[in-house]
Amino acid sequence: MQAYIIRRLLALIPTLFVASLIVFVSMRLIPGDVIDQMLAQNDVATSADRALVEEALGLDQPMYIQYFRWVGGIMRGDLGNSLWHNTPVTAQLAETLPITFQLGLLALVVALTVAVPIGIYSAMRQDTAGDYIARSFSLLMLSIPSFWLGTLVMVFPSVWWRWSPPLEYTPFFQDPIQNLSHMLLPAVLLGLALSAVTMRMTRTMMLEVMRQDYIRTARAKGLAENLVIARHALRNGLIPVITLIGLQAPLLIGGAVILEQIFVVPGMGLLLLEAVFARDYPVISGIFLVTGVAILMINLLVDLTYGFLDPKVRY
Amino acid sequence: MSEAIAASGAPALLRVENLSVRFRTDRGMVRAVDGVSLHVHAGETLAIVGESGSGKSVTALSLLRLIGDNGEIEQGRILFDGVDLGRLSGAEMRKVRGNRIAMIFQEPMSSLNPVLTIGKQVAEPLVLHQGLSWQAARKRAVELLARVSIPDPVDRLDSYPHHFSGGMRQRVMIAMALACDPKLIIADEPTTALDVTVQAQILALLKALTRETGAAQILITHDLGVVARYADRVAVMYGGRVIESASARELYANPKHPYTQGLMASVPSLDSDPGRPLQTIPGQPPDLANLPPGCAFAPRCAYARDLCRQGKPPLESIGPQHERACYGYE
Repeated sequence: MQAYIIRRLLALIPTLFVASLIVFVSMRLIPGDVIDQMLAQNDVATSADRALVEEALGLDQPMYIQYFRWVGGIMRGDLGNSLWHNTPVTAQLAETLPITFQLGLLALVVALTVAVPIGIYSAMRQDTAGDYIARSFSLLMLSIPSFWLGTLVMVFPSVWWRWSPPLEYTPFFQDPIQNLSHMLLPAVLLGLALSAVTMRMTRTMMLEVMRQDYIRTARAKGLAENLVIARHALRNGLIPVITLIGLQAPLLIGGAVILEQIFVVPGMGLLLLEAVFARDYPVISGIFLVTGVAILMINLLVDLTYGFLDPKVRY
Repeated sequence: MSEAIAASGAPALLRVENLSVRFRTDRGMVRAVDGVSLHVHAGETLAIVGESGSGKSVTALSLLRLIGDNGEIEQGRILFDGVDLGRLSGAEMRKVRGNRIAMIFQEPMSSLNPVLTIGKQVAEPLVLHQGLSWQAARKRAVELLARVSIPDPVDRLDSYPHHFSGGMRQRVMIAMALACDPKLIIADEPTTALDVTVQAQILALLKALTRETGAAQILITHDLGVVARYADRVAVMYGGRVIESASARELYANPKHPYTQGLMASVPSLDSDPGRPLQTIPGQPPDLANLPPGCAFAPRCAYARDLCRQGKPPLESIGPQHERACYGYE
């Protein structure tokens, strides 16, 4: 098992190398670079000014030099400084990453508590009204973009009841209740979007598993149906669902970018959005790097979870 | 043996009367079991023989009321130890399953749960029906695994099904079935999926264990060789009905239904002429969704008369312990 984890961690390196290259180059190919934006703040800007700023930020060097400087920095744990604020990217990430992590975790909890029970219910009551309602709900959640739902949640309560969700961020360890009252709504919206596919997967897998011979064996033993499901069906059915959750990790992060903007959560998503608008290359690259590592780690975690759920999988 | 038991006049352990089971399918209602009557005495092995689709497995499953949501017992009584199983509530029925009637299935490869240990699966009925703690049930599971000749049973408790061969898994299934000392064991083609050498071992084991515990056995099979060696009495099914039943000895010596005769003739034997082609029964097995109005075997029967095509022949006694559903061809 340890050897397996080390092997997997080593395999991260080439993946991240390719990912970093793509991110680094593609950011610089977007029209309108950071210098234009900076100079646009002055009334008059000459080409001499431009050269000055470029040199100061190290952007006068050829792209491959910039890349190797950046990679060299990563080796030393330095992701560079923000081009606008001159603060280290690592400091910005340290501040925002835990917030997004909390949002993601909450969303995952919401997604699972909604998706798994409804999925099981839907499978057990296949083709009944309850099943159709559950399936329609999941289809609805799948189709509604979270930015739209987020906007509705912001606008309508304020029109109808003169109430709007709290938008002031409080760190969790400072005041958990205050923190949750702010974070819960975006987490629910994000979680519902995630729950749609998970619920359908749970339903399909439960239907599949309930047809298996060992379920008939369990019934022939005299087990009541709820024990048949809980002890014999669930674990078999959930193995692919766990994989699915791993695959949805990018969706979680993508959704966080939008919902953090709407609900003013000062997380990594909001930072990314601002950085993209400002063409703040080091910040963007840093976030992508961290995101990449996070997604790969989540998938590693999923594979390790397999070992616990499926006795045939041993590392 | 069966004659002796029947002659003693003791009431049968299981008596099935006029059982009919139907299923909702895409092609409409299909009657898989049509007016089947059977009985098994304590300590006796009854073989139910028939080809695929003859209704033998459905008969077995309906005894435990495990035919699924699309199936329904249309009529008939299932009297087990004097109690009509059809009238029991769901909870009462669950106390019978795995406790007083246990079942062994055809597919040992898929009949055990792949994510639970062998120990847990064998111990489960004991916890459920006898209220043992998991710890006590595990100890009993070791004894049960030893009884079905699984080597190193203590070490094997924490193994998973995929660590076992097909034959070993079927032994585990048998251990599980024996856990609560059931009065009746239903074995639904227990050896069909196994190698020939393993088949004999498993059947001999089942026979020895049922003899030891005095349990009755219903052995469902399509293998007449198995029947001859392990059954006391035989019921032959065709098209959802029992068409002949007799003691195993009598049936082999004196098959009376044309279908049974055809089956016997199509078994190759060592002293038959090797150059002669094997006898077969002409035609196809019946389609249960589309049975002929009369005897289901009539389209394939060399002796069929008009009478056979009009009404279903009832199962009638034609000798001591010998019944046949045929209008006769003599």
